[in-house]
Amino acid sequence: MNYVNPMKPSERMKLPRQHSIEQDAEIRSHNFKEVSYGVNEALAMQEVQRCLECKDPVCISGCPVSIDIKSFIQYILKKDFVGAVNKIRESNYLPAICGRVCPQESQCEEICTLGKKHEPVAIGKLERFVADYEMQHNLFVPPVIKESREEKVAIVGSGPSGLTCAAELAKLGYKVTVFEALHAVGGVLRYGIPEFRLPRNILDMEAERIKALGVEIITNFLVGRTATIDELFDEWGFKAVFLGTGAGTPTFMGIPGESLSGVYSANEFLTRVNLMKAYDFPNYDTPIKYGKAVAVIGGGNTAMDAVRTSKRLGAEKAYLIYRRSRKEMPAREEEIHHAEEEGIEFVLLTNPIRIVSDVNNWVSGIECQRMELGEPDESGRRKPVPVKGSEYIIPVQTVIEAIGQKPNPIIQQTTQGLDVSKRGTVVVNEVQATSREGIFAGGDLARGGATVILAMRDGKTAASAIHEYLLSKHNGKKQAIPEPFAELTVA
Amino acid sequence: MYPIIHKEFLAPTLGKFIIKAPFIARKRQPGNFVILRVEETGERIPLTLVDSDPANGTITLIVQAIGKTTKLLLTKKAGDVLTDVAGPLGSPTPIENHGAVACVGGGVGTAELLPITRALKQAGNVVYSIVGARNKELIILEKDMYEISDRLFVTTDDGTYGRKGFVTDQLKDLIEGGLGIKAVYAIGPLPMMKAVANLTKNYGVHTLVSLNAIMVDGTGMCGGCRVTIDGQMKFACVDGPEFDAHKVDFDELIMRNRTYVDLEKISIERFEQEQVKLQEALS
Ligand SMILES: Cc1cc2nc3c(=O)[nH]c(=O)nc-3n(C[C@H](O)[C@H](O)[C@H](O)COP(=O)(O)OP(=O)(O)OC[C@H]3O[C@@H](n4cnc5c(N)ncnc54)[C@H](O)[C@@H]3O)c2cc1C
Ligand SMILES: Cc1cc2nc3c(=O)[nH]c(=O)nc-3n(C[C@H](O)[C@H](O)[C@H](O)COP(=O)(O)OP(=O)(O)OC[C@H]3O[C@@H](n4cnc5c(N)ncnc54)[C@H](O)[C@@H]3O)c2cc1C
Ligand code: SF4
Ligand code: FES
Repeated sequence: MNYVNPMKPSERMKLPRQHSIEQDAEIRSHNFKEVSYGVNEALAMQEVQRCLECKDPVCISGCPVSIDIKSFIQYILKKDFVGAVNKIRESNYLPAICGRVCPQESQCEEICTLGKKHEPVAIGKLERFVADYEMQHNLFVPPVIKESREEKVAIVGSGPSGLTCAAELAKLGYKVTVFEALHAVGGVLRYGIPEFRLPRNILDMEAERIKALGVEIITNFLVGRTATIDELFDEWGFKAVFLGTGAGTPTFMGIPGESLSGVYSANEFLTRVNLMKAYDFPNYDTPIKYGKAVAVIGGGNTAMDAVRTSKRLGAEKAYLIYRRSRKEMPAREEEIHHAEEEGIEFVLLTNPIRIVSDVNNWVSGIECQRMELGEPDESGRRKPVPVKGSEYIIPVQTVIEAIGQKPNPIIQQTTQGLDVSKRGTVVVNEVQATSREGIFAGGDLARGGATVILAMRDGKTAASAIHEYLLSKHNGKKQAIPEPFAELTVA
Repeated sequence: MYPIIHKEFLAPTLGKFIIKAPFIARKRQPGNFVILRVEETGERIPLTLVDSDPANGTITLIVQAIGKTTKLLLTKKAGDVLTDVAGPLGSPTPIENHGAVACVGGGVGTAELLPITRALKQAGNVVYSIVGARNKELIILEKDMYEISDRLFVTTDDGTYGRKGFVTDQLKDLIEGGLGIKAVYAIGPLPMMKAVANLTKNYGVHTLVSLNAIMVDGTGMCGGCRVTIDGQMKFACVDGPEFDAHKVDFDELIMRNRTYVDLEKISIERFEQEQVKLQEALS
C-alpha cells in the first residue's frame, strides 16, 4: 500500500459525508427503476478521503463477514477500483448486492471511528461503487479453481445463504448442485426485495458468476417433494447437504377479515409483483389487485417494500401501520427515510384489530386501536399497550400483512433426525452443522428471519465445515458431530 | 424446459398432455399436482398429476380451457416446450381400504379424481363412481373411470347423456341404497363439492374434497391459497389440496376465487384478439 492520504486526520474529519445521487422522490414513487444511483467516481474519491485509516479499523469487526474495509478503501484511494472489489470479494462474493441491501448503519458504519463525533464513512456506498464499476467496465475475472474434488454437495435453496455456500464450495473444487423450488434463483433477493432497491440485472449477473464457477442450478425442484434429503444422499450420491431454505412461510395476525379479497401477505403481494411481474399486467399474465388506499401492517424491511410497491402501483394513499414508534422499526434506516420522502403515511403506535368488508367480500377498511408504550419487553423495546376506547376505521381497499415469516416446514417434516426448535427453525451449532450427520443449515432457516449478510456468513461458515467434514470422511476418520448448542439469536 | 411428448383433445375445450418431467414422474402420488408456467410471461397455475410413467419419465395432465393460461396451453402441441413444471406438490391423498367408497367427479374434476379412484381400487375398495357434467360433450374419461370402478354412473345436467340431474342425486341414491359406502371422494366445481358435502353430512359419511384455491408458488410461501378448515387457516398447496369436506368454508373460498375476475377478463379478451390476428396472418 504505497499511496498515502496527504490530509491530516483533523482535516479529513472536516470533510462532509457524500450522499448518493437519487431519483426525485415524487418521480420515483411512480416507477420501478432503482431509487439510488449510488455515488459516482468523483463522489467516491471524495468520500474515501474521509477515512482515518485507523490503526485499529473497528469497522471490520462490525462487518458480519469481516470485509477488510480499510484495505478496500485504500485501494480506492489509489484509484484501483478492481483491486478494491477483489479485496471485498475475498470475504463477500456478492458485493453489488450487499452494497445495496445491508443495514450498514447498524454494522460497519455504526462503529466506524469517524462516526463517534462526525458522520461515519459511507462504507456501503463505496462497496456498491466498486462493484458497479467493475460490472459497468466488464472487468470481472472469475477466480481460478485450483483443485477438483470428487464429492458432490447439494445446496437446497438459492437465497444468499445457499448461493454463498455454493460459491465457496465450488472454489474449493467440489461438484455443487443448487436445488431451487421456484423457477428463478435468488430467494428473497428475487421474490421479496423489489427492483427499485435491487435491479434484476444485478441479481442475474451475480447468479451468472456463481454458475461460472461450475455450480449447477436446478430450478423447479422442491426438496422434500421432488426428492427427499435421504434420496439426495442415497440415490443422487450427494455426500453433504446445505439447507438454505429461508423463512418463507408468512404468518397472519389472526384478526377477523383476513380471508377477504384484497388481503395479502407481503410475500404474496411482493411475489406477484417481483417474481411474476404483475406490475406489467397484462403483458405478464399474473394479476394483482390494489385499491386507491392501501394499508401495510408491520415495520420491517418487508413492510417498507410492500408499502413503497403499493405506491408505485398507483395507490393514492399508502399507509404503514406499526404498533410501536418509528425508533423501534426494524427496517433499514435508508428505507424508512426513502418511504417518508415518497409520501408514505406512517400510522405509528397503532394496532389493527379487524379488517372490514364491503358487501362483495372485499376489504373496505381496517379497524385500528391506538397504542402507547409501556414497560420494556424481552427484546428491551418498550411494549405497546392498547389505549381503551381509541378504535377507529381507516378506509382502505387493500390490506397487506408484513408481520413476519417462519421457516417452510416441508424439509423438516420429510427428514428424520433433524432437530427443529419450537419456532420452527433448524437447530445448528457454531459451524452450522445440524443434528444429522452431513446436513448443515443456515440463513433464515436457522435464524428465523435475519439479514442477507448473516445468511451469507452462515453459508460461508457451513462451506468450511462441509469441507472439513468431507476431508475427514475421505481420510476414513469418523467425524464427531458437535452437539447442537443453543439457538443463535436473531440479529 | 419441459417438452410436450403427446397432446390430444378429449373434448373441444379439454386437452390431454403427456410431458417429459422425469423427477416428477418418479415421485408422483395420487392427489399430487404440479405448478406450471407455459411461457416466460406466463402465470403459474396448478394442475393435477393425472398419471405418470416413471420408466419413460413422463407425466399426464388434463386441462380444461377456462381462461388465458389454460386456453394458451391448449394451443400447444407435441414438440412444443413448457417453460416450467414444478412438482409433485401437495400432500398425497390418504388412501385406505374403507370397504366401499363413492368417487364423484364433476367436469374436469373427473381428471383429478382418476388417480385417486385407481388407488382406492388398488387398496381393495369396492368403488362406485359417478361422473357428471353439464352436457354429454363435457363428460370425460368415462372409459378410464369405468375400467377402475366396480360400477360407474353418469349424470348430465341437461339429460343429454346418462341420468338427467346432478351427481348428488345419484350419490344420494347410492348412499341410501344400502351399499355400505363408508367414504366419499368428490372433486369438481366448488358448488358441486359444497352440495356433496351438505348431502353426506346428513348421512355422516366421511367425505374428502380437493380445493382449487388460487395459487402462486405452491410451496407454502405466499399464503394466497389459504382456506378455512374448521375455523383454522390452512394453505391448500401444502396442507391440502384435499380436506374434510364437512369442515370446509366453501362460501369463503367461492368468494376468494372471484378476486381477479375483472382482470382475468382483460387477459382472456386480449389473448383471443391476438389469436384472431394470428389466424388472419396465417390464412
Ligand atoms: C421483502 C423483504 C425485504 C428484505 N430486505 C432486506 C434488506 O434490505 N437487507 C437485508 O439484509 N435483509 C433483508 N431481508 C431479509 C433477507 O432477505 C433474508 O434474511 C435473506 O434473504 C435470507 O436468506 P436465505 O438464504 O436464508 O433464504 P431466502 O432468501 O429466503 O431463500 C430461500 C430459498 O430457498 C427456496 N426453498 C425453500 N424451500 C425449498 C425446498 N424445500 N427446496 C428447494 N428450494 C427451497 C426458496 O424458494 C428460496 O428461493 C428482507 C426480507 C424480505 C422478505
Ligand atoms: C390443486 C389444483 C389442481 C387443479 N387441477 C386441475 C386440472 O387437473 N385440470 C384443470 O383443468 N384445472 C385444474 N385446476 C384449476 C386450474 O388451476 C385453473 O383452471 C387455472 O389456474 C385457470 O387459469 P386460467 O388463466 O386459464 O384462467 P383464469 O381466467 O385466470 O381463471 C379462471 C378461474 O380459475 C381460478 N384460478 C385462476 N388463477 C388460478 C391459479 N393461479 N391457481 C388456481 N386457480 C386459479 C379462479 O377461480 C379463476 O376465477 C386445479 C386447481 C388446483 C388448485
Ligand atoms: S473505522 Fe471508519 S475511519 Fe476507521 S478505517 Fe474503518 S471506515 Fe475508516
Ligand atoms: S400457493 Fe403460495 S402458499 Fe400456497
